[in-house]
Amino acid sequence: MISPDSKLLLEIRGLRASINSIEILKGVDLTVRSGEVHAIMGINGSGKSTLAKVLAGHAAYEVTGGTVLFEGSNLFDLAPEERARAGVFLAFQYPIEIPGVANNQFLRLTYNTVQTHRGKDELDPLEFDDFVREKMKMLEMSPDFLDRSVNAGFSGGEKKRNEILQMALLEPHLSILDETDSGLDIDALRIVANGVNQLATKDSATILVTHYQRLLNYIVPDYVHVMEAGRIIKTGGKQLAVDLESHGYDWVSAEQRAAARI
Amino acid sequence: MSAVLQNLVNQPYKHGFITEIESDVAPKGLNESTIRMISAKKNEPDWLLEFRLNAYQQWLTMKEPQWPNVDYPKIDFQSISYYSAPKPKKKLGSMDEVDPELLRTFEKLGVPMHERAALAGVAVDVIFDSVSVATTYKKKLAEVGIIFGSISEAVHTHPDLVKRYLGTVVPVGDNYYAALNSAVFTDGSFCFIPKGVKCPMDLSTYFRINTEASGQFERTLIIAEEGASVSYLEGCTAPRFDTNQLHAAVVELVALDNADIKYSTVQNWYAGDENGVGGIFNFVTKRGLAKGVNSRISWTQVETGSAITWKYPSCILQGDNSVGEFYSVAVTNNHQQADTGTKMIHIGKNTRSTIVSKGISAGHSKNSYRGLVKIAPTAAGSRNYSQCDSMLIGDQCSASTFPYIQVRNNSAIVEHEASTSKIGEDQLFYFAQRGIGAEEAVSMIINGFCKDVFQQLPMEFAVEATKLLGFKLEGSVG
Repeated sequence: MISPDSKLLLEIRGLRASINSIEILKGVDLTVRSGEVHAIMGINGSGKSTLAKVLAGHAAYEVTGGTVLFEGSNLFDLAPEERARAGVFLAFQYPIEIPGVANNQFLRLTYNTVQTHRGKDELDPLEFDDFVREKMKMLEMSPDFLDRSVNAGFSGGEKKRNEILQMALLEPHLSILDETDSGLDIDALRIVANGVNQLATKDSATILVTHYQRLLNYIVPDYVHVMEAGRIIKTGGKQLAVDLESHGYDWVSAEQRAAARI
Repeated sequence: MSAVLQNLVNQPYKHGFITEIESDVAPKGLNESTIRMISAKKNEPDWLLEFRLNAYQQWLTMKEPQWPNVDYPKIDFQSISYYSAPKPKKKLGSMDEVDPELLRTFEKLGVPMHERAALAGVAVDVIFDSVSVATTYKKKLAEVGIIFGSISEAVHTHPDLVKRYLGTVVPVGDNYYAALNSAVFTDGSFCFIPKGVKCPMDLSTYFRINTEASGQFERTLIIAEEGASVSYLEGCTAPRFDTNQLHAAVVELVALDNADIKYSTVQNWYAGDENGVGGIFNFVTKRGLAKGVNSRISWTQVETGSAITWKYPSCILQGDNSVGEFYSVAVTNNHQQADTGTKMIHIGKNTRSTIVSKGISAGHSKNSYRGLVKIAPTAAGSRNYSQCDSMLIGDQCSASTFPYIQVRNNSAIVEHEASTSKIGEDQLFYFAQRGIGAEEAVSMIINGFCKDVFQQLPMEFAVEATKLLGFKLEGSVG
């Protein structure tokens, strides 16, 4: 929701980044204020997921230009774990499996790490158990998730729900959801979207990275951005996603090319 | 591999120091007179001298095994001293009389004996360079009829028991290193749990190699009579040296009807430096005979040290319904090489065995699991379950699995599962994205990987094992 007393959360200016010396991001500009929901759309290989990973600090990507301010400070001064503690959350497109590590143990460690960073008290295992079960109800997750190894043997939908559960626990200031809708059936999509909507606050913001309009039927964006070849080439309101769905991405590209010729 | 991982796996050996205690060292080399000298020094009876000489004669005809998946320079067995004992100033009657320097060594290793004995209720039979210098809790154990002490002492106080069982599980000519051990063993532990007695505490021995270039040949014999049970802990650390040290121990376990022996090891011999120089050569023969019906032998090992590890704690399941277990974590780093596993020999009916092996390789190390499951024609209705998992840290190391399965009874069920995984950048990024730094992440992944084995260790040993891996303990309650 766009509100007048919102504050600047994220300012990306001219961001360039490469992997294995191949430039993927070629000058991204984006401003996100608290309370807003942004959708970033575009075809495969346009750089959407790269943007998400670069913001979270994946070591495989090298930032070669531009600036990113998060809550007024240089985001790239922070190690990946420090960004997470500062409130940047990435819901993974492909959540990583960690065999042998119990989900409840992992969840409690991440929760307590972030709490400690915020100067709040840690929860002991019993307190945490009550706390996490409450959050799980919202995502219609069965308690046996807690005893299973982190993401190991989870179905696609279960993994995505586990991501949103972590988002619920960590209460991030900026949530980046990387293709969270992919691989979800319609019921799971509704549950996940519902969770994201409930977690939205006026102090936090969400960036949805997605291919499809269908997620945006459930989570309504304030802004829709279209990425192509490492840049945001068009920005609009929620109607833009609907137009994309009916006309295809080619339509924006063609429009851009036409504009360039004028 | 990321720099953080590199740092984590390259922490130097923390127990590298030499204790200055006067030692009584035999001249280098091995021949009949060396053996007679060892036997005479220990004032042994004739039958034991015969046992040694017989082993020596067999050893002379044998060759070092070439099949393990390890490489090392040829050992010159004539350049090793086969006996080294701290010079006792006088006969020790209590812990207070133990050389303070020796006690300080244990302090450095984090084994405060007094506290350990008093708080943890563990009887520590301290083995220091081949000779026992102190034994605690002996009296308390004696009240229930348990004999626990050094084997050289037992040779004098309980000759019948030692004579009856010594060499019955691992015959003198069993293999090259067992034959060598049988010829020259200097000391080790002896433990006898009489009929129907449940040992009231964990029995623990700390082994330590101290004198440079002195071979260490431990000999341990544990007997649990009908209905008896015991949990035995063996742990070791060694000081830092450049010359390779040979260690060839033999451990024999005998479990009679309904008896239960649990043998746990945390091994941290000096592994050599980051270039593979120095380090202990560890050639160990450990075998348990589940002789009686419903008997049980369980091996748990956490192997973190040694330049070369050659070790296959095994179970011969002779009694009907007997149970054999092997739980192992083997960690190799730098240029360490480990070829370790187990043998489960099913002879009795309805015998069951479980093998859980976790190998972790880092640096340039080589980590192999080698296991034999053998079902004899007599072993109707027997079962085995084996699980062998390997984890690689970095891309310079290797992990191999060599399972041997021989089934000669068609009513038996044998299962084998294996997996290989890798701690990669993506896993660490996932943890980092949740606020968890690399060190804690690796610790959590490794602990998770080893959980099935650590759960088998007695509580305090499990703590030590986790520390030994150089990682923090997981959350206070799982």
